[in-house]
Amino acid sequence: MTLRRLPTSVLGVLGLLTLILLWHLVTAAGLVSKAFLPSPAATVDALVWGLGKGDLKGQLAATTLRMLNGWLLASIGAIALGSLIGISQTARAYLRPTLAFARSLPASAVIPIAISLVGLGPSMVLGVVVFGSVWPTLLATVQGFANVEPRLRDVAQVLRLSHLAYVGKIGLPNAVPDILAGMRLSLTIALILAVIGEMLSGQEGLGSAILLAARAFRAADLYAGLVLLGLIGLLSSYGLIWVERRLTRWRQAAMR
Amino acid sequence: MKRWRGVIVPVVLLALAEIAFRARGGPSDSLAPPSRAVAALLSILLDGSLVVGSAQTLGTLLAGLALGSLAGATAGIALGSSDLLRRMTFLTIEMLRPIPSVALLPLSLLIFGFGYRMEIAVIAFATFWPSLILTQSAVVQIEPRLTEVARLLRLSRWQTAAKIILPAAAPRLMTALRLAAGLALVVAVTAEIVSNPQGLGHDLMIAQETLRPERMFAVLFWVGLIGWGKNAALLRLERRLFAHRGDVDTGIAA
Repeated sequence: MTLRRLPTSVLGVLGLLTLILLWHLVTAAGLVSKAFLPSPAATVDALVWGLGKGDLKGQLAATTLRMLNGWLLASIGAIALGSLIGISQTARAYLRPTLAFARSLPASAVIPIAISLVGLGPSMVLGVVVFGSVWPTLLATVQGFANVEPRLRDVAQVLRLSHLAYVGKIGLPNAVPDILAGMRLSLTIALILAVIGEMLSGQEGLGSAILLAARAFRAADLYAGLVLLGLIGLLSSYGLIWVERRLTRWRQAAMR
Repeated sequence: MKRWRGVIVPVVLLALAEIAFRARGGPSDSLAPPSRAVAALLSILLDGSLVVGSAQTLGTLLAGLALGSLAGATAGIALGSSDLLRRMTFLTIEMLRPIPSVALLPLSLLIFGFGYRMEIAVIAFATFWPSLILTQSAVVQIEPRLTEVARLLRLSRWQTAAKIILPAAAPRLMTALRLAAGLALVVAVTAEIVSNPQGLGHDLMIAQETLRPERMFAVLFWVGLIGWGKNAALLRLERRLFAHRGDVDTGIAA
């Protein structure tokens, strides 16, 4: 078959175009009500208009900033706290079950508590984003410290490294791949929680934009919002993978 | 003694919370001491409202999980067995997968209205992707000799899927199911908090809106217990079923 010989990137684009064509045909034939599924052209129109003249640009920026702020705060806190827990095996033994329970709590379930504590403001949304996205990075950091090669620990003891030096020279470098994997998971959670927070609190952003578009039966605007959310997720995750490759290059070189 | 080390921290924290609350004195609209939360938990357990909420949440969770992971596993097997299909769909999957499932709640509400169906649809969407991707990678990683055997025995496509691919990929499929189940609970509770007026998430919202913090903490604890128990049970099942195959670790955090 000749199709097989095409490069994967071309095949991928071909597949995507097929899907969009199918989407177009379904809407053109009127198989699905326009209230649920606008045509691809209408969605693109809504996207272009919203980004150019409408509010979409501001909403996109608001959601992205909320996600990044919460994620950065959570990551810094998680790495610091994770290093503290990670140094001591005793602390790990005492805290692990508590952490395991806290992480199995759906992060969105703390939203009602956050609302009753700080009200429906932007700080509530940010707080929930931070709370939810702390866990993967925190547990990954603890995990990374736990996996330090025992011989390296012996080396640290022989050299009489202080706790701080141990964290900086052995613990953290060793945990970098784990931490980055955790941070990637945290970032997706941060986006999800930012969207939920906006939906519930009515703060400016793509979450509330989607909700309003659905209530007003403006399906094209709704899909435009979904496309942007998908793009944020895609770009942020690829960006982190890129950073991950750069930061762990020494490790791959060492393994060769 | 060692077994109990993990319990000390939460017990101390709860005791501190209790003491702090008593020292502060006076009722609060947003916080409640642990003792009153426990009393509230007992009372909603006994009057049956917690059971109804749990049944609604878990019922939708199971339906959505079954739908999403079955569809995901089927698609995953199809993509895993055909190189061409995999290369044609990878870009589409990469574009669709990062859409946060909760963003589909308004759309799902528009299509299905309140009730079980809108929640099931969103859970199915959320669990579809991890099952698809983990199944696909499980199938791709199957020992090539096994597929050669299938070719030698001249098994049909269906027979190969049922007799060779499924058993060989089973441990990884189980891991996929555990991850998807965790995701399903999150999505279910979120859907109920954001829009669907039923289940535990809605109970949480009502407790907050009616200023009954003790009840809110009771339900929150219960939700955590369900999540933790479900994960522990699935992990145990996984270890028991596939103990003879050694540890299966996909490297993805639950």
